Amino acid sequence: MKKITLNVNGRRRTANVEDNEILLDVLRDTLGVKSVKAACWRGECGLCSVLMYGKAVKSCLILAVEADGAKITTVEGLSRGESLSPLQKSFVEHGAMQCGFCTPAFVLTAHSLLTTNPTATDSEIKEYMSGLICRCGTYNQMLPAIKEAAKHYRKHASDDL
Amino acid sequence: MGNEKTRTRYIGRSIPQNDSPLKVTGTATYASDIELPGMLFAKLVTSDRAHAKILSIDTKEAKSVPGVVAIATGSDFPFRIGIYVGDRDLLATDKVRWVGHPVAAVIAETLQAAEEAAEKVQVQYEDLPAVFNVRDALKPGAPIIHEHMSEYRVFPAFSPVPGTNIANKFVLKRGDAKAALDKAHLVIEEEFRMPRVSHAFMETQTVVALYRRDGVVEVWSSLQSPFAARYLMAQSLNMPVNNVIIHHPFCGGGFGGKAGLGWEPLVALLSKMADNKPVKLILSRKEQFVSAAVREAFIAHVKAGFEKDGKFVAYQADFIMDCGGYGDYTVNVSRTTGYAADGSYDIENLDVTCRAVYTNQVPTTAMRGFGYPEGHWPLEQLLDRAAARLHLDPVKIRLVNLVKPGESTTGTGEHLREDAGDPRRVLSTIVKELKPNGRIPESKEPWVIRARGFALNVKGPSQPPNASGSSILKFNEDGSIDLLVGTGLFGQGTTTALCMIVAEEFGLPLEKVRVPFERGTDSTAYTWQTVGSRGLFVDGNATLGAIREAKAKIVEISSQVFRVPKEDVVVRDGAASVRGRPWLKIPLSDIAMAYTYPNGNAIGGPLIGTGTWTSVLNSYLNPETGQGIPSIFHTFGGTGVEITLNLLTGEICVEKGVQVEDIGRVINRLGVEQQMDGGMIMGMSISLWEKMQVDGQGWVTNPNFSNYYIARMKDMPGEIRKVAIETPQEDGPWGARGVGEMTMISVAPAIANAVFRATGVILRDEPMTPETVWLAIREQRPDLLEKAMKALGGTSDTTHLQRPLVRVKSGQNETS
Ligand code: FES
Ligand code: FES
Repeated sequence: MKKITLNVNGRRRTANVEDNEILLDVLRDTLGVKSVKAACWRGECGLCSVLMYGKAVKSCLILAVEADGAKITTVEGLSRGESLSPLQKSFVEHGAMQCGFCTPAFVLTAHSLLTTNPTATDSEIKEYMSGLICRCGTYNQMLPAIKEAAKHYRKHASDDL
Repeated sequence: MGNEKTRTRYIGRSIPQNDSPLKVTGTATYASDIELPGMLFAKLVTSDRAHAKILSIDTKEAKSVPGVVAIATGSDFPFRIGIYVGDRDLLATDKVRWVGHPVAAVIAETLQAAEEAAEKVQVQYEDLPAVFNVRDALKPGAPIIHEHMSEYRVFPAFSPVPGTNIANKFVLKRGDAKAALDKAHLVIEEEFRMPRVSHAFMETQTVVALYRRDGVVEVWSSLQSPFAARYLMAQSLNMPVNNVIIHHPFCGGGFGGKAGLGWEPLVALLSKMADNKPVKLILSRKEQFVSAAVREAFIAHVKAGFEKDGKFVAYQADFIMDCGGYGDYTVNVSRTTGYAADGSYDIENLDVTCRAVYTNQVPTTAMRGFGYPEGHWPLEQLLDRAAARLHLDPVKIRLVNLVKPGESTTGTGEHLREDAGDPRRVLSTIVKELKPNGRIPESKEPWVIRARGFALNVKGPSQPPNASGSSILKFNEDGSIDLLVGTGLFGQGTTTALCMIVAEEFGLPLEKVRVPFERGTDSTAYTWQTVGSRGLFVDGNATLGAIREAKAKIVEISSQVFRVPKEDVVVRDGAASVRGRPWLKIPLSDIAMAYTYPNGNAIGGPLIGTGTWTSVLNSYLNPETGQGIPSIFHTFGGTGVEITLNLLTGEICVEKGVQVEDIGRVINRLGVEQQMDGGMIMGMSISLWEKMQVDGQGWVTNPNFSNYYIARMKDMPGEIRKVAIETPQEDGPWGARGVGEMTMISVAPAIANAVFRATGVILRDEPMTPETVWLAIREQRPDLLEKAMKALGGTSDTTHLQRPLVRVKSGQNETS
């Protein structure tokens, strides 16, 4: 057991973790961050993606102890209350989800892409998002949703998103 | 009510599913997110043998793991379950039937402890001869996988054959196929195959169960059909139905794999065993691949007879479906494949046999459109083959054979109603959008061929004749409405469409109508199952009934208030008013709980409307001939594709897709488009890449997403055109028919037809991986390969050619 500290969506959280515990389980089970989903537990589906220091990583592949001190963002960190972030709004408007199980990971991953590359081309978006699986096959709604939201990221490229 | 094409407020518009804000913020609660106080965790111990007697199970060491509460084995739960054939055990009793068969379940305080203990459970087996393919399983003297078949509970529509491995045999007969084949101008004989595929819904099956101390079981499960699960569970555990409460939280995908009954009874009994503490079971991805049910594999031997003019005169088909260790739902897949084998064509002579056969492989169940992807894979390819042989156009040959609603009779003897849909318009729309005969731009690389192909489809819900549905509509104080329907929600968006109908009918803003997202069997209206694209049709009709009843009450009260005849009252724009005297108007909020006169007298009461729907036309099919009426509607549609085929690598790429369905009436356009795109992408993924690989001992060798490839965003076609044709069906809600599953059915044959049209190469197997395609080209058109090699500047001698090692998709790093 080791005590680790995480900054999750701007809040300081601590957890006692086993050496072999993965960040995914600590987030979901110990800290109750349920937006982080899991569908393979071995780095293949991308649904457990979180942003670690702003970069998208798969939390099932990271040991909790390695994340000690890290700044973690999950989809809960993108918006407050009933207002949605531009990406979330765009996902809703384009119908970019069916069962929704993959949605938090796709939104978060798209956010990480657009913050670093707000002018991403179609093929850059497709390539970047292809670490994730949506079995419902909602890609054809997600692509325009991401492109639409990209406008907002371009406008605010200099602001802190 | 409904069917007239007037200007609408919501019907036909694009509306995001009303649960989207929760999903997009990560605050929708799925079964896997549910935690109850004192909750324990379960882990399965599964078989490493394909077919073996269980000699003993030693749990001593496992029990000593700290945190372990109890360990259950088969003898603790001597129950048999299954929707159509009760052939499933909760945990293996006596013997195991496939590698992955659950043998024991550990309950512990943490998942880690449960996992650790599960590895320490020692099972002693004595191997039995195993059988891995259907042909061997049918041989006389083959090992029998279900010896006690004659004791199983069997739903009336099915005929297992005790003493064999046949879980169901279905026969469809019309005319005299043999005689017609003898006389036919052209006979094509062929074998087609499909492998096992996984539904691969993103949320693995998850159940939380609490066996309460009052004998009531509460279950929160990632499932499709709360009511079927409740009934089947009560029936198999011998409990009163209302002692089982199934809660239906958000569900991360179903595609048929979460229909019927899953792990609910097992986890309920584990909870009882663990001193009535709540227990949670989450399948790992590997367990989802090998211990739960997947889509069945099949072999179809077919013979098709045609006249010179293309008339399809006779079809003989023998489908053998590999249902694996249990047949539960797959018996109905075989029935449906059989009765729908003639697709959208009028074939006078039919002789179709469909057998579902047990093997020692992973068990199987329903999957999106079941019975129809199976039947259409051979059928739609045969039409293109016949067209080529007869020098006809693939469009022409279909025009000759397509059923004519209002005139034709289907293979089961059903007179097709006039408003069943317009298959000819489907076809002409595909032609318009795809231009199969138009000029195809040549590719820059001469070894890459561009090609277009298409296939048609038809489908209706496959359900028991008496499968019914109901709906309850409750008004709230401000005139808003809670709609109670039992249809499950796993991404199809049916409840949003139902809310649109209610809002439309009362003229209310959509936000004022809501279906609770999380529902329970004790608190919502009944519907049989959420399968077969039946939800909008059945629950929509039931909801229209509820609307009618509520409107009648509103009219009754307002006519008293206004002192006018009932006929003069109209309900619209969220109010009741008098025809011709618009100043006489009461908002629904003033009637919702009771209308109150100025002096305080009140009439009416809280407004409730109820409605039900049951088909009166359906029947069991004749066991000898398959004749009868199986479906409540047929949706006609089709798929077109433009592909590129790399002759050197065998790789197929879908560049453009066309999806056309005659769905009667579009309720939510966005929902229809989601289904059309999703069906295209899933259909493409399954037909090009997906296959569960099995080794000689019955082990699945690719139970993960590295080695079982699923379409990613980069794989989607550059363009998917979607057209919804609207030929309203009089008894459909606002004229609508179902669409969800239809969109996947014709994707595979459309791709195969494109390859055939451009190269003449026949593809008999799914998936059409680079390897199988390349081998087919080498075998059937070595000249094409030669030319391609030459163009590349290489050798033209293809006899010793090995397919180049290309890393096409991760996990498909194959050489030939
Ligand atoms: S759960 Fe982490 S990538 Fe699938
Ligand atoms: S919406 Fe269901 S997996 Fe993506």
